[in-house]
Amino acid sequence: MSETGIGARVKRVEDQRFLTGKGNYTDDINRPNQTYAFILRSPHAHARITSLDASAAQASEGVVAVFTGKDIAAAEVGGLPCGWQIHNKDGSPMAEPPHPMLVADKVRHVGDQVAMVIAETRDQARDAAEKIVVEYETLAAVTATDAAIKDGAPQVHDEAALNTCYDWELGDKAATEEGFAKAAHVVKIDVVNNRIIPNAMEPRVALGDYDRSTGDYTLFTTSQNPHVIRLLMGAFVLQLPEHKLRVVAPDVGGGFGSKIFHYAEEALVTWAAGKLGRPIKWVSDRSEAFVTDAHGRDHRTHAELAIDGDGKFLALRVSTLANMGAYLSTFAPAIPTYLSATLLAGVYTTPAIYSEVRAVFTNTVPVDAVRGAGRPETSYLLERLVDRAAKQTGIDKTELRKRNFIQPEQMPYQTPVALQYDVGDYPAVFEAGLAAADYSGFEGRKAETESRGKLRGVGISTYIEACGIAPSAVAGALGARAGLYESAQVRVHPTGSVTLFTGSHSHGQGHETTFAQVVSDLLGVPFEAVVVSHGDTAKVQFGMGTYGSRSLAVGGAAIYKACEKIIDKATKIAAHILEAAEADIEFKDGNFTVAGTDKSMAFGEVALAAYVPHNFPHETLEPGLDENAFYDPLNFSYPSGCHICEVEVDPDTGVVEVAKFTAVDDIGRVVNPMIVEGQVHGGVVQGIGQALLEGCVYDDEGQLLTGSFMDYAMPRADNVPFFTVAQKSVMGASNPLEVKGVGEVGAIGSPPAIINAVVNALEPLGVEDVTMPATPMTVWQAIQDAQAR
Amino acid sequence: MYSFNHQLPNSVAAASSALGSADDGKFLAGGMTLLPTMKQRLASPSDLIDLAGIGDLVGISDSGDGVVIKAMTTHAAVAGSSVVQAKIPALAALAGGIGDPAVRNRGTIGGSVANNDPAADYPAACLGLGATIVTNKREIGADDFFTGLFETALEEDEVITEVRFPAAQKAAYQKFENPASRYAIVGVFVAQTAGGARVAVTGASQDGVGRISEMEQALGGNWSADAVANIDVPADGLNTDIHASAAYRAHLVTTMAKRAIAAAG
Ligand SMILES: Cc1cc2nc3c(=O)[nH]c(=O)nc-3n(C[C@H](O)[C@H](O)[C@H](O)COP(=O)(O)OP(=O)(O)OC[C@H]3O[C@@H](n4cnc5c(N)ncnc54)[C@H](O)[C@@H]3O)c2cc1C
Repeated sequence: MSETGIGARVKRVEDQRFLTGKGNYTDDINRPNQTYAFILRSPHAHARITSLDASAAQASEGVVAVFTGKDIAAAEVGGLPCGWQIHNKDGSPMAEPPHPMLVADKVRHVGDQVAMVIAETRDQARDAAEKIVVEYETLAAVTATDAAIKDGAPQVHDEAALNTCYDWELGDKAATEEGFAKAAHVVKIDVVNNRIIPNAMEPRVALGDYDRSTGDYTLFTTSQNPHVIRLLMGAFVLQLPEHKLRVVAPDVGGGFGSKIFHYAEEALVTWAAGKLGRPIKWVSDRSEAFVTDAHGRDHRTHAELAIDGDGKFLALRVSTLANMGAYLSTFAPAIPTYLSATLLAGVYTTPAIYSEVRAVFTNTVPVDAVRGAGRPETSYLLERLVDRAAKQTGIDKTELRKRNFIQPEQMPYQTPVALQYDVGDYPAVFEAGLAAADYSGFEGRKAETESRGKLRGVGISTYIEACGIAPSAVAGALGARAGLYESAQVRVHPTGSVTLFTGSHSHGQGHETTFAQVVSDLLGVPFEAVVVSHGDTAKVQFGMGTYGSRSLAVGGAAIYKACEKIIDKATKIAAHILEAAEADIEFKDGNFTVAGTDKSMAFGEVALAAYVPHNFPHETLEPGLDENAFYDPLNFSYPSGCHICEVEVDPDTGVVEVAKFTAVDDIGRVVNPMIVEGQVHGGVVQGIGQALLEGCVYDDEGQLLTGSFMDYAMPRADNVPFFTVAQKSVMGASNPLEVKGVGEVGAIGSPPAIINAVVNALEPLGVEDVTMPATPMTVWQAIQDAQAR
Repeated sequence: MYSFNHQLPNSVAAASSALGSADDGKFLAGGMTLLPTMKQRLASPSDLIDLAGIGDLVGISDSGDGVVIKAMTTHAAVAGSSVVQAKIPALAALAGGIGDPAVRNRGTIGGSVANNDPAADYPAACLGLGATIVTNKREIGADDFFTGLFETALEEDEVITEVRFPAAQKAAYQKFENPASRYAIVGVFVAQTAGGARVAVTGASQDGVGRISEMEQALGGNWSADAVANIDVPADGLNTDIHASAAYRAHLVTTMAKRAIAAAG
């Protein structure tokens, strides 16, 4: 391994600019003659707009234009599209109500966009917006999934009876029932996967620009996938062809999923820039982000596990209610279904599984993918259920897991819920986790904690997830309206330096470092000679972007393919110049050598020759050294791992402290261990956030009670311990780099470990269940309730 | 934020008269409470009378039987003051637990006391120690100063100039933080003073900061955590919100009181 190649702990090259304030974020970009947009939003969760008078706003100082829902309805534009279609049990498609850029008739959540004011300054736009007179006829609102499907519940959309978007199923129901018929034990659980608000550090920004002389539109936006935005906005909303629309997502300050989706503001500023012939910038403030960035999770699940007399799992049935919010966000329908239910086998050999999901509309912010997206819901459900099963059957929780693990020799393993795991060694990862956590030393630590008047518990989670989304054929068959390949272009310059153009997008992941490591390693060029370019549809040929831990598994594979093509072409050139047969050229450590001789050319010399082709046979050898590749994955990749958490609980106050956290993950090949550790740390911190702190709360009127950091608790440094993080890599993943993905493992594996630990700590007090977030009051109340029983 | 006039008077008298003649003026201290409210357009004063230009309003001194903290002294300065640490360590610790470093380096004792946020920390110390709030017009005992949620005895143009804290034989503050805002869900300040035991609670009551006489009496005869352990504070009249029910707050008042007494020694 070289000091900068695959596997090296290279410091992130992008950090210099981020840490010295030299990043170029969307709000840092300004265009000549720019105007500013302010979006007037609904203060009500559910209301009919009976009248709207914008005349005073039109006349307000500095105002350039005011657009309302009526203007949008009259314009030749579409609504915001949904990228995934789910089908009901009866085969009919899901309800897919319209999602206009500005609403004309009825608002459906607090924050719904009602009008856009464009003015010379941001304050003028905001002042004018206050002069728009909107009369609302307020309607009863519904925010909770279980309330939404009751007869007589307020109807969010006329198109969706009983607020149901779809009622979907997966798995073999009859086989599952048979399993239950044979069961010695049936273990039941109800879990709520709490709604979370993503809160990337950088709020969303959109800047639309239009060039009258060419008719070209440009959108600068805080996106995880600029090409996807170009496609969705161009083809579905604004009817603009690709060559007339450029989308740039420059430095982006965190996304966690919330910046995958196509949002109304992007289309509004682009559309209006064309109308007005002036650039328009919209910047979300934090309060606005709370009520407009897509939220995550919000599932209620009932599950039952059938177990035989030996502790072997026989069958699993699961029924979930999933909140879609007021409208379908870009990938929302896929989250509780294909990103969640397909993982219900977990790392266990459960032979029969049946799952049904009912997705419902409510008067809340749309819900879509947030770090982990679907998989945290499943790991939380399964690992809580397995712990409960251990208690009910009297089999130790480590032993019960071991008895049910899929064994490495069973690979590839076809689960009963569509996915086929390619490689994995769950028993080995588990043993590594137990060892790293010093699991056997727990009792000693517990005694020490108890000597201080506190309780201590330990919780385990042995999770699996699916990354590297996705084989396009599979995704298409399951309802995706897009392919999920990735593209890369490797441009070797005449002096041998390299620009990599990637369709992946880095918004914190460190691609500028890891991808350069991959290219440098494969081509044998110095790490410093590689620069990574991403985030601009005018530069990068195409891309499906970054989410679902796909960048290295899919984007990296495209880079690998493009590098292979470069080596092939360079081999041809070297063979020509060295006057040897192509088959005799060996490429190693950046040198092309005629086998068995000392005749050799360095990579840089070949590059130069490619651009100075003085004696090329032009019929058979093209000048230049620039190759692109599209890679469509053969399978998902399947990271798995063992997370072990120890908590201390103060029984007097209910305060939970994470005392010890160990994560041992199998993420396949590690390109940069430092970045991998950082990703795990960040993911676990978000998992601690979800498990202990972050709970989005709406009141009965649909007002968001946790609409600022005063009430929405984000994890902070003092909420987290020092982590023990290690990898137990199992090679052989179905992609050329044999990588599996690390972006989400922390958020997927940790919440069940944490809550299992809390429940374990409280067991002596008679507590059997604790809901997320396990805030001090929640825990204290659980103790009170148990004592009262 | 709406536009406003910024004024920078160099004396307390000038500040007071500037406020008197402004349409709808407000004193500006650290701005940690006022400016966010203005940014959200929830307040729109015509004039901000900035107290930062008055040199006289900053500083901490030893008054022999206690400390005097001028109104524009920041929380960080109080937390780091060797005088406060020596005379009333509980007060220094309380100041060091307010907000985060940015807030502590901007926010002031005058602003905090004038604002009387029902979850703020300083009001508990003022009541718990029996402090005197000194203004350009008069001296007001803490017991008369805090009159309700965000309400004080201050008149419109009255400027807090300093707060005088008598030292106690023993004192400690225990704060149970809101997990999100980290203000007090319940904060209990206990002190054994020349005039007897004092127990002040912030965060809990619908009436804002207040004292618990039952605990004070119990501590009068027996300064120990056990003395208050069985005093149940009624949940009636306590705040309920998504972070803490009234019953939970009631439980926390007793728990934090016990811990404060134990910490005071
Ligand atoms: C993120 C954050 C966290 C915080 N956490 C806590 C916490 O944990 N505990 C806590 O107690 N507080 C907390 N605060 C509040 C903080 O302590 C503020 O410093 C305090 O509330 C106001 O002080 P200020 O100097 O900023 O006053 P300003 O915001 O400038 O003024 C507040 C009010 O007081 C008036 N005023 C100011 N000075 C005087 C004076 N000398 N005479 C008369 N009136 C005056 C102003 O006109 C205004 O109405 C927090 C604030 C923030 C932003």
